[in-house]
Amino acid sequence: MIVMKDVYKKYPNGVVAANGINVEINRGEFVYVVGPSGAGKSTFIKMMYREESPTKGDILINGINLATLRNKRVPLLRRQIGVVFQDFKLLPKLNVYENVAFALEVIEESPKVIRKRVNEVLALVGLTQKARMFPNELSGGEQQRVSIARSIVNVPKVVIADEPTGNLDPDTSWEIMRIFEQINALGTTIVMATHNKEIVNTMRHRVLVVDGGMITRDEDEGVYGYES
Amino acid sequence: MKARTMGRHLRESLKSLGRNSWMTFASVSAVTVTLLLVGVFIVIMMNLNQLADNLENDVEIKVIADPAADEAAVKELEKQVRSTSGVEEVVYSSRDEELDKMIKSFGDELSLYKQSNPLGDALYVKAKDPHDTASIAKKIDTYDYTSQVVYGEGKVEKLFKVLNMSRNIGMVLILALLFTAMFLISNTIRLTIVARGREIEIMKLVGATNSFVRIPFVLEGIWLGVLGSIIPMAVISFSYYELYEQWEPKLQNELFQLLHAMPFILQVNGLLLFMGVFIGMWGSFMSVRKFLKI
Repeated sequence: MIVMKDVYKKYPNGVVAANGINVEINRGEFVYVVGPSGAGKSTFIKMMYREESPTKGDILINGINLATLRNKRVPLLRRQIGVVFQDFKLLPKLNVYENVAFALEVIEESPKVIRKRVNEVLALVGLTQKARMFPNELSGGEQQRVSIARSIVNVPKVVIADEPTGNLDPDTSWEIMRIFEQINALGTTIVMATHNKEIVNTMRHRVLVVDGGMITRDEDEGVYGYES
Repeated sequence: MKARTMGRHLRESLKSLGRNSWMTFASVSAVTVTLLLVGVFIVIMMNLNQLADNLENDVEIKVIADPAADEAAVKELEKQVRSTSGVEEVVYSSRDEELDKMIKSFGDELSLYKQSNPLGDALYVKAKDPHDTASIAKKIDTYDYTSQVVYGEGKVEKLFKVLNMSRNIGMVLILALLFTAMFLISNTIRLTIVARGREIEIMKLVGATNSFVRIPFVLEGIWLGVLGSIIPMAVISFSYYELYEQWEPKLQNELFQLLHAMPFILQVNGLLLFMGVFIGMWGSFMSVRKFLKI
């Protein structure tokens, strides 16, 4: 599903954010990516949806090699991946329904399919009643649920989440995590960068620790295991 | 691209005008002000150009035939002048007509000369290209039976020089104004797009292709151009029409003539609309490009 081989990333300012990463993530897995700030977590995540390209090495997602992927084909990659951000990245001038439908409009789905799919995912994240509200009328947790709904509306095989609970209070964070568990239970691979020790230690899944641009620990049913 | 998608782009571009109403207002104002300036300038320049053309076309050569030449000889001369290359028009004026003209300008005392007219027949020659006047005059001077060839030597050359210079200056000014207009407008549009950089980023992250992102913005640029050119077109059409109606009768016999309101107004309007649309489109296209690199 996701394979990284000897991935190396050096930014123009000289920072080495990935220093020989080798990892394989299988279909249907739930993986936490943890590690101190500035250790290369974000770069690790961003390389998966090609916001950043590796300087060296290969990244394969669903068999697509991102190292050789031409810019023109990047949109096609992103349609196979759902991405959830810490800051939600919703369009403030679109309402909940439109924000979710947007991901399908972009891939030119028919209005009928869009209506059906959007209503399904809004029900899944529990926002059917708030479909006509705008992002600024929602709480942080609700906004993150819209963002999750948008990431899964085109039924991606992988959902990548960069600190999805980073801006949320503990109760809301658990609520969001339950949605991720649910999506994972439906067979979607989930890769989540997080700083939330409690979540990692409670909802046990595979843990990758990234430090100094390398994977220093890879453990099934692992724990957070370090003080941040 | 599917027709449905094109429909979506159209809808989105129109909706976005309303959603970003403040930015729309800023862009449309910038387009309006600059196009109004450009429009007024073009109207003035085109009319001055017309004046320059009229001045040039007014230049003519007066060929006075040898008073001793008989009628057949003058006919022969006229034929020769007519067949000279670069000559557009030759008007024959008999010696008696010439004398009448002189009497008219200098007074009845000259009537005495009617007994024995000392003047020669005259030919008034116009060149196809006024700039060739001097060389044609020189050539005609070599023909038999010419006694004098007059064309305002020196003055004509100076006039042409001045007119040419003013045309060039006008051209440079129009280009400079156009350039400023394009810069100003595309900059305003850029500001509106920078404010929406996040929107573009999100579109790209959910898998939109570059053209999918770009088309609504470019369409929006076109609308901005169209909206921005409405007022300049209306103001210039109305003012020029009024000006023309007021002044055209008074300028009947003057060297300076206003360009006919039709089709001139339409041409200027077409040009303004085209510029508005082009600048809007180009401004959007260039500004979005920067954000598509995600």
